[in-house]
Order: sequence, then structure tokens, then C-alpha cells
Amino acid sequence: MATNQWWASESFWRKTAIWVTGGSFVVLMLLTMDTISQISVGTTRVPAYSVINHRIEYKFDEQRRVQVPVIGVKEPLFGKELNEEEAEALVKLGKLTTQAKNCMNCHTLLGNGAYYAPDLTKSWLDQYWGTSEIREVQMVEFIKDPSDKLHNSMGRRMPKLGITDEEARGVVAFLKWMSSIDTNGFPYNFKSIEQEN
Amino acid sequence: MATPGICDSANLNGGQKLAVKYFTVAITLFGAQVLFGLMAGLQYLMPDFLYGVLDFSVNRMVHINALVVWMLYGFLGSVYWLLEEESQHEIVGLKLGNLIFWVLTAAVTVVVLVYLLVQVGPGKESSLWLINEGREYIEAPRWADIGIVVSVLVVFYNVAATFAKGRYTGIAGVLVLDMLALFGIYLAGMFYTTNISIDQYWWWWVIHLWVEATWEVMVACIMAYGLMKVLGVRRKIVETWLYIEVALMFGSGILGLGHHYFWIGTPEYWFSIGGFFSALEPIPLVAMVVHAVFDAGARHAKNSNHPTMAWLIAHAFGNFFGAGVWGFMHTLPQINLYTHGTQWSASHGHLAFFGAYATIIIAMFYLAVQKWRGDVWMSGDLPGNGWKWKWALGLLNLGMVGMTISMLVSGYVQSQIERAIEGSSWIGYFAAQAHPWFTQGMWWRELFGVMFTVGFVLLVWDLMTIGRGEKRTLVPATSET
Ligand code: HEC
Ligand code: HEM
Ligand code: HEM
Ligand SMILES: [Fe+2]
Repeated sequence: MATNQWWASESFWRKTAIWVTGGSFVVLMLLTMDTISQISVGTTRVPAYSVINHRIEYKFDEQRRVQVPVIGVKEPLFGKELNEEEAEALVKLGKLTTQAKNCMNCHTLLGNGAYYAPDLTKSWLDQYWGTSEIREVQMVEFIKDPSDKLHNSMGRRMPKLGITDEEARGVVAFLKWMSSIDTNGFPYNFKSIEQEN
Repeated sequence: MATPGICDSANLNGGQKLAVKYFTVAITLFGAQVLFGLMAGLQYLMPDFLYGVLDFSVNRMVHINALVVWMLYGFLGSVYWLLEEESQHEIVGLKLGNLIFWVLTAAVTVVVLVYLLVQVGPGKESSLWLINEGREYIEAPRWADIGIVVSVLVVFYNVAATFAKGRYTGIAGVLVLDMLALFGIYLAGMFYTTNISIDQYWWWWVIHLWVEATWEVMVACIMAYGLMKVLGVRRKIVETWLYIEVALMFGSGILGLGHHYFWIGTPEYWFSIGGFFSALEPIPLVAMVVHAVFDAGARHAKNSNHPTMAWLIAHAFGNFFGAGVWGFMHTLPQINLYTHGTQWSASHGHLAFFGAYATIIIAMFYLAVQKWRGDVWMSGDLPGNGWKWKWALGLLNLGMVGMTISMLVSGYVQSQIERAIEGSSWIGYFAAQAHPWFTQGMWWRELFGVMFTVGFVLLVWDLMTIGRGEKRTLVPATSET
């Protein structure tokens, strides 16, 4: 068998491996730089934290043919308008709490995590919270102590995770902010809570 | 030489003595993984089981962390195993290597104890430094991250310097660069940001560029060594194949990363880039199957270690089905919109990790036991016809395939009902979870998990006993030229 063909040559494949790997990596770096600039906080895809001062909706976009978040009228979280720094501090507390309490090993956020409990990407807009008036209080109370609250036929409860009132408010702020991220239509077909008044 | 049939460290070279330690911890953690997986799986069926004591989140965290760590231990062990033979040089820093092994193992123990006993902390950065980071697979607290980085740097030094002093083969070149990339990528997961889109962007760098790029190349190196060892394939052939696999794997896998950037806030161009390149990822996996099966066939499967050879073949097919087929099924954005974050993902995750990585590390365990016992015979005609290793192989693989299919059925129901019809709401989630097909899938997953566990117990038993008292020694695989 002829082994001196180019396609059977060790050095040809070594060079190919090096060039393909290097080339792919360079392209990935360029794309990464572009993507990071598009998903930094304060862009159209990932709004500023002060978006929690507004109503967030999730509506079908005729042009893109998917649902997208829409930032609506002023509707400050917990009735208190926050400036940019205050809003960031609150959302940060919430994000840190989700990590320290390991929410992602039961839930998915933006669809990533564990599959034991509902996806939280649009939790802020979930119809199960009742009406938009009582939602904030409901959420804070639930997150602080869900152990005596059961909403499903499976008997699956969320445990009490030792979350303080302040942390729970932070978590709600984080969830509200997360619902404003443009996720290209994920989750599909989500029906939002009634927010008109 | 010592009497064959007894585990004697005089049979091993320096790197191999160290490798045996890594392998021992690896299989122990494998056991822990299985145990905590069973508990997490049981909580799907009996939600009150250990509720408030060891919640699902804790069990799952230990399950997947034990997984990542035992596989990394398996890789480090494998590298130390082949190091001196491949470089034909004594390992440069055996003492340091030993020290680091103990440091790393102590750190892992502390991390697991904190997971189990402390579990969660307040919403402060100090919790991420001391308790857990709350990010799937890389939950290890920051102090441990730093320890891990220092430790792997020492391993890297040991490997690179030994090769530099000895023989620098093609496998060595690929291995050294791959280890550098593998360890370097870990750094992308070591910072905090409130912006969850950026958080997940870099998180996927670690997870995806590990399992679909650097780990694949790591096992390709181990496979190359294994085929030379047990089948006697010529170096030129395995090394040429290795380069082809690196080119195909990195060429598809690096930009294939885009299949995780459909829905996390990232721009729409990732649909085409991620969809296209990840769809190519099965190609190198097919190439690996061809490579392994062709080499085995060319030698009429005559080899010096039957269990190792069987697990290497299981690896080739497991990698192809678990990663290639199961991954491909949900990698296009049109499908992933409905399967993203469902049992579908869990189905793929299990078959891929097991098929691609658990298998080849088990193959290395058998190779290690053989040499440790003094190069004993491990081909045909084993006492009891080798029933233990054969049953372990069968039960582990059937158990895993059963679990995978069960989760796929559940995942199908979930993507249909929750994702497509109900729009992923809270109610929609439980509508799917309560569907009889879904719950049945979860029951079958647990039952097949028990089958898997029986296979695991047999595997451990076999590894402790195979070759004991064996007087025949192996006939080394001979190269055909
Ligand atoms: C041990 C698993 C577990 C952990 C950890 C956990 N949850 Fe939950 N969570 C659940 C379960 C189960 C439900 C469904 C409860 C029900 O239906 O009554 C739930 C429900 C929820 C809901 C309402 C569901 C929805 O779609 O809006 C929110 C919000 C929520 N959890 C937030 C969190 C946050 C924030 C954390 C972390 C601080 C967290 N969870 C940690 C298991 C968990
Ligand atoms: C051995 C190699 C592989 C391993 C170990 C592996 C493992 C995993 C795991 C564990 C997940 C779930 C991650 C999470 O927790 O969110 C995942 C997700 C995914 N994998 Fe793989 N994978 C491999 C190869 C592949 C390949 C080759 C493809 C494509 C052809 C692929 C496609 C995907 C996709 C699309 C997802 C996202 C699932 C979702 O949207 O929820 N994987 N993989
Ligand atoms: C006794 C056998 C096992 C059982 C019962 C089991 C059970 C589980 C459960 C319940 C989860 C959580 C899924 C969820 O979030 O809903 C899980 C996750 C996971 N397990 Fe296992 N497991 C077992 C063995 C294994 C093995 C052998 C491997 C790999 C070698 C593995 C790899 C994984 C991975 C990668 C995940 C994360 C999946 C994802 O996020 O998509 N498991 N397992
Ligand atoms: Fe991936």
C-alpha cells in the first residue's frame, strides 16, 4: 500500500491540525469580542439594571417572528424608583443570592441548570403569581419560605433556604431584570401575566 | 521481577505508582457519584425523601462535581501512567507530584464536606469564596479553584519537563498543548459577574470547550496509547490519526460552542455558526470509531488485555452515540428551542459523559491492574471465563442505555407539553412533569440506575480480584511490522 500519499502523511495532518485549531480560535476570539459588546449591561439585548423601574412585557414581534421583551411604562419595583447604582446593588444582591443558595441545581435560568423545578427566565411574568398587584409580595414571601407552599400535584416543594427579606427582594429584582433580556424568543409561546391597568 | 499475580508496586515505574493513586481516588468518587445520582433520582419519585436535609440541589451538586473530579483524576492518572513509557525518561518531579496529589485530594475532601454540611451561604461574595459558587459543574468555591489551578500547573510541569528531557513523541506534543488549553480554559470560569448573559457566556467556554474539545483530544491521546499497547498498532498510524482527529475535533468543536449561544441573550448570528459547526462535530467521532474498529479488526481483535480492549471499543461507540448522535439530535436551533433545558439534555449528558469518558478511564484501570499484578495474562481463558468483567461491562452499559432512553421519553413529553404547548410556564412545567409518560420515564431511569449500580459494584470487585494469583504472563502485543 502506498503510504507516501499526501492524505496519509503525518506532517500534512500535523500542520492541518495546527492551522485549523489556530484559525478557529482566532475566529472565536473575534466573535467573542463582538458578542460581549452586544450583551453588556445597558445594551438593547441586555438592558440596564434600572429597567426594574419599568413594566416589562413579552410580546410577539411581527418582524422577527418571535416574542421579545418590551420595556413599558414606569412601574418601579416595590413602588420605589431606584437610580442606576441602587438598582445594580439590588440586582447584584439577588444574583449573589441565587449563586450562594444554588438555585441552578434545581432550576434553569435562561434554560441552563437543573430540571427539577420550573425555568425562571420569565418567572417575573408567570401567571401563577395571580395579579400583577400582588405579585411582588407573593414572590418575596414565597422565596423566603416556600416550604409550606405547594402548587403542584407532584408533592415537589422548594425548600426553605434561609433567605432574608432583603435577599428575597434582591432575588425578585434579579428575576425582573432577567425577564428583560432578549433571548431570541426563548421560552417559546410563553403567556404572560395580565399587566394592563 | 516479582511473582506475577500479586499487586506489587515494584512492577510499576514512578509515574505509574502515582497514577495508581489517582485511579484509586477516581473510582471512589465514581462510587460517590452513583450514590448521589440515585438519591437525586429518587427525589423525583419521592419528593419528601431527605427534603430539607439533603435537598435535590445538594445531591445533584455532589453528583455532577464528583463526576467532573473523578474524570479529571482519571485523566491525570492516565497521563502519569503513560508518561515514562512514552518519554522513555524518568519523571522529573515525582516527590512534588506526590505532594500535590495529597494536597489536591485533601482539598477535594474539604470541598465535599462543606457541600454536605454547610450547603448554602448568605448572598455575599464570601459565600462564593468559601462554600460554593452556584454554577453547575464548577461549583467548587474560589479558594479551591485557586488550589486546583496551582495543582494542575505542577502536573503540567511534570509532564512537559519529562517529555522535554526524554523523547518528545507526536502523542507528547498533542498531549502537552491540550493540557495547557484544558487547564487554561478553567480560568474562564473563575470570576463573578452580575450580568447573567456574560456569566453564562464564559461558563459555556469552560463546559463546552472542555467536553467537546480539550477532553476529546485528551482521550484521543489515551486511545492512541491504548491501541499501541494492547493491539500493537504502529506509532505512525496512531499518530497520523491523532492529528486528523485533532483537526476535525477542534475545527468543529471550537465554533460549535455557538450551539449554547442561541437563547442566553447573545446575538442571532450564533444560530447559523453554532448550528453549522456543531452539526459537524459527529464527524471526528465517526472517524474514531472507524479507527478503533479497523485497527482491532486488522488484528482479528488479538490483544493482550481483553477488558481494556472491550472498554476501548465501548468508548468508541459510546462517544459516537452519546456525543455524536444524542448531541446532534438537539443541536439545531429549530429543535433546541423546544428541548433546551429539558430531560432531553440530561439524557444526552448521561450517555455522552459515560460513553465518551467513563469508558476509556475504566479501560485504563484495567491496564493499570494488569501491570500492577506483574504483567499478568488478561486475554481469553480467565478463571470463570472472566464473568465478572463481562457482567460489569454489560450491566454498566445496559444500565446507562436504559437510563438514557428513559430520560429521552420523559424529555420528549416535556419538550412537547411544557416547551411547545404550555410555553414553559410554572403550570406548564408541572403539566409535563405529571404526565404519565414523564413519570414512568423517571421510574425507569431509577431502575436502570440500580442496574448500573450493580454493574459498578461488580466492576470494583473485578478490579480488586482480576489476575489475582494468575501465573501466566501476558504475551505482548506485537506490531505487524
Ligand atoms: C431543592 C430544589 C430547589 C432549590 C435549591 C430552589 N428551588 Fe425554587 N422551586 C423549587 C420547586 C420544586 C418549585 C416548585 C414549587 C411549587 O410548585 O410549589 C420552585 C419554585 C420556584 C419559583 C416559582 C416558579 C416559577 O416558575 O416562577 C421561583 C420564583 C423559585 N422557585 C425561585 C428560586 C430561587 C430564586 C432559588 C434560589 C435562591 C430557588 N428557587 C432554589 C425547587 C428549588
Ligand atoms: C463527549 C462529549 C460531550 C459531552 C460529555 C456532552 C455533555 C453535555 C452536557 C452534560 C450537557 C448539559 C449541560 C447542562 O447542564 O446544561 C450538554 C448540552 C448540550 N450538548 Fe453536549 N456533550 C458532548 C458532545 C456534544 C456534541 C458532539 C454535540 C452536538 C453535535 C452536543 C450538543 C449539545 C447541545 C446542543 C447541548 C445543549 C442542550 C440544551 O440546550 O439544554 N454535545 N452536553
Ligand atoms: C445510578 C445512576 C445515576 C442516576 C440515578 C443519576 C441521576 C441523575 C439525576 C437525577 C440528575 C439530575 C438531572 C436533573 O437536573 O433533573 C443527574 C444529572 C447528571 N448526571 Fe447522573 N445519574 C446516574 C449516573 C450518572 C453517570 C454514570 C454519569 C456520567 C458518567 C452521570 C452524569 C450526569 C450529568 C452530566 C448530569 C447533568 C445533566 C444535565 O445537566 O443535563 N450520571 N443524574
Ligand atoms: Fe456543547
